[in-house]
Amino acid sequence: MVQISMTVDGVTHTDDVEPRLLLVHYLRDQLGRTGTPVGCDTSNCGACTVLLDGTSVKSCTMLAVQADGGSVTTIQGLALDGSWHPVQKAFHECHALQCGYCTPGMVLASVDLLSRNPDPTDAEIRDGLEGNLCRCTGYQNIVTAVRSAGASLREQAGTEVG
Amino acid sequence: MTDTMARPDRVVGAAKLRKEDEHLVTGATTWTDNITLPGMLYLGILRSPIAHARITRVDVGPALSSPGVVAAFSGRDLADKLGSLPCVWPVTDDIVMPPHPPLAVDEVRYVGDAVAVVLAESRYQAADAVEAIEVDYDPLPAVVDIEAALAEGAPLVHSESGTNKCYVWPLESGDYEAAKAKADVVVARRYIQQRLIPNAIEPRSVVAASAAGTGELTLWSATQIPHIVRVLMALVTGIPENKIRVIAPDVGGGFGSKLQLYPEEVIAAVVAREVGRPVKWTESRSENFQATHHGRAQVQDIEIAATRDGKILGLKVDLLADMGAYLMIVTPGIPLLGAFMYNGIYKMDAYSFRCTGVFTNTTPTDAYRGAGRPEATYAIERIVDDLAAELGIEPMELRRRNWIQHHEFPFDSIAGLTYDSGNYEAATDRAMELFGYDALRAEQAERRERNDPVQLGIGISTYTEMCGLAPSRILASLKYVAGGWEHASVRVLPTGKVEVVTGTSPHGQGHVTAWSQIAADALGVPFEDIEVIHGDTARAPYGMDTYGSRSLVVGGMAVHEAAERVVTKAQVIAAHLMEIDPGDLDFEGGAFRVKGSPGTQKTVQEVAFEAFTAHNLPDGMEPTLHADSTIDPQTFSFPHGTHLCAAEVDTETGAVRIRSYVCVDDIGSVVNPLIVEGQIHGGVAQGIAQALYEEAVYDSDGNLTTGTMVDYLVPAAPDLPHFVTDRTETPATSNPLGVKGVGETGTIAATPAVVNAIVDALRHLGVDDIRMPCSPERVWRAIQAGGAR
Repeated sequence: MVQISMTVDGVTHTDDVEPRLLLVHYLRDQLGRTGTPVGCDTSNCGACTVLLDGTSVKSCTMLAVQADGGSVTTIQGLALDGSWHPVQKAFHECHALQCGYCTPGMVLASVDLLSRNPDPTDAEIRDGLEGNLCRCTGYQNIVTAVRSAGASLREQAGTEVG
Repeated sequence: MTDTMARPDRVVGAAKLRKEDEHLVTGATTWTDNITLPGMLYLGILRSPIAHARITRVDVGPALSSPGVVAAFSGRDLADKLGSLPCVWPVTDDIVMPPHPPLAVDEVRYVGDAVAVVLAESRYQAADAVEAIEVDYDPLPAVVDIEAALAEGAPLVHSESGTNKCYVWPLESGDYEAAKAKADVVVARRYIQQRLIPNAIEPRSVVAASAAGTGELTLWSATQIPHIVRVLMALVTGIPENKIRVIAPDVGGGFGSKLQLYPEEVIAAVVAREVGRPVKWTESRSENFQATHHGRAQVQDIEIAATRDGKILGLKVDLLADMGAYLMIVTPGIPLLGAFMYNGIYKMDAYSFRCTGVFTNTTPTDAYRGAGRPEATYAIERIVDDLAAELGIEPMELRRRNWIQHHEFPFDSIAGLTYDSGNYEAATDRAMELFGYDALRAEQAERRERNDPVQLGIGISTYTEMCGLAPSRILASLKYVAGGWEHASVRVLPTGKVEVVTGTSPHGQGHVTAWSQIAADALGVPFEDIEVIHGDTARAPYGMDTYGSRSLVVGGMAVHEAAERVVTKAQVIAAHLMEIDPGDLDFEGGAFRVKGSPGTQKTVQEVAFEAFTAHNLPDGMEPTLHADSTIDPQTFSFPHGTHLCAAEVDTETGAVRIRSYVCVDDIGSVVNPLIVEGQIHGGVAQGIAQALYEEAVYDSDGNLTTGTMVDYLVPAAPDLPHFVTDRTETPATSNPLGVKGVGETGTIAATPAVVNAIVDALRHLGVDDIRMPCSPERVWRAIQAGGAR
């Protein structure tokens, strides 16, 4: 067992874990943060995507010990003070989800994408989300949602600067 | 009706945002794998690494000494309790239906067949212990190819059956040979429907808990069919049905793959009772590839006969359908759902259909989005293009000459169905306009003229399909052992809130939103005041669940009818309270008003409270304001539409790029256009995926060589184009809302549109077919072979 400590959605946890424990299973089984789902075992589907220190990672491809000392944001910690993140809002408003299983990963990958490229073209959005599979939507409404969220975030940033 | 009479609160037809989304975008989900119960054990399954073998020894002993392990069982240990998995669609009297033990006992018949199980305190301990189980196999020859399986002396998947032939199912209408004798042109083609793996993004998962005192079994499962699972679980295990509760919590997509009673559901239930503790099993994606049923997998020999001026006279279809190693619940019936669709939207004099079901040492096949109709539509839309080329008639023109004209509805098709409605002209005209058909044809000609290395092709798919499964009497005639009805209850509670209980079981479709819209309009209550209850046999006791684009046209109509019955009852109570004859009341916007003096009113909520207190009800009137409805549809619904695909094909590399994709679908009246558009996007994406990307491949020993998402290409966002969608609205005449199913239209329509486009780009190079998926290599090879002619 190895002792690790990390902040998950604003709460610091210290636990003894097996070195082989995947980050996603630490989140789900040990911390009960079941908002992050598992879709595959080969890092292809991206359903388990979380933010580690602000950057998207596939939590099924990372050991919990590798995230030691880090700060993890899951879909459950993305809303601030009960107010949805603009990407969450846009996914709802653009009907960018159906079954919703890929949604946590898709939303967090989109947050990361927009942090690196605040005003992406449709092609850049599609390329940027290549690591996240959705079987329901055909991606079209996801692209629309990310574009719309980008506009909201830019407006927000503009307001804050102004 | 004047504007002032129009109901401003009307929500059917509005693009209401989904009620389902809130918990899904915030991670407050209830996926089966999220469930943890006190004392719960994790189930691990050892699967066969060999396609066909006799099991000579299973020793679970070493697993028992692995850390955290509580129990381990071989197939033989549990054989008496697990029973045999059922197939509920014995399509012919002489069908071969071999037993299907959930855990193999003597023989394994595909890679992934379950052999032994362990129960451990944690997920990881279960995985470790599975590896400690010892099994000796005596390999047997495997048969993988459908045609090889039918050859004389082929290895037998089920030796006790003496054959790999499962059934032969014919359908004859008119005299095909006579029609062919009159034909000027006969075109024969063989198309291959490659095997597909559904890949719902949520893996299957099941939690089973047996109550010690009562023996009541509660099963949470990532299933499309909780009600059917309950019945079948009782039949298989002998646990009384009234002691089984099945719950489908949040379910992350299905596409047919969760329309099943799976071995793992039965195993989990039985071992939970054995050890007296709750048990959870969740498949890995690798297990999903091997042990969740596959789809398609057919060889289609198609022949079409026509006159020189392009009149189709007859169609002959000879199918080989791969069952895989066992019959799952509706495996044999899947290709037959296509039997009535090969004729498509066309008129003809004769139709001959035959399907041969074949066993192979592969993962069993069963429903995958469209189930039989995509295969049929592919074959007819492909061969109509080939016929057009043979006749030198423009392919859309050939279709126009043969399709059922708008004024000819209702129309009795050659396959024996009555299409109630349709307007192929309107959908096609709109699609061609959006597509810029003529301009693209001109560009195509120009590129051919200058021998552009990147050629342009136009693919057409003018499809129809039968959905809304299904009229029970028709199911009976096809030897399906259950009905196709659907149930709903509508309850107006004392506080005025409404509960809609539905027998449909959504897994992404948006029933909560759509059923709320239907009930809101029928009852005149706010959309927000309606809760929709589903997916739990204890809370929604009657249902036939969700598949076959049936939920709206059967289940939604049950909601509508139950709500209307509530209004009928409420009207009698309202009239009593207002001391007036019920016939003197109008019902509008949730309130009963006296005709001629609209100021006097009772709202449906007020009536509900009166019905609850029961202090002042008409003589003989039962208290409470609720009603049930069970709808058995009289016919199928027949969505149709025209999909057009423009594909650029690089003749030097074989690379295909979809330049534009236009679909105009006619699904009748629409409850929620947002949801409809989403269904079409997703369906088209899966249809394109079959055309361009996906194929399950077995080697000759029966190893699945595309066993992960690394090897099997589920398309990501960059792999798919932007879709241009529009609709025409020809209301169905078979239900009061005029709706048709939409869940599978995209998958049904898109695949031939794409392949037709690729072939159209290359036909002048001698290419008339490319086997799916049309990878750059296959396209390039087809060009080379065509050029060599």
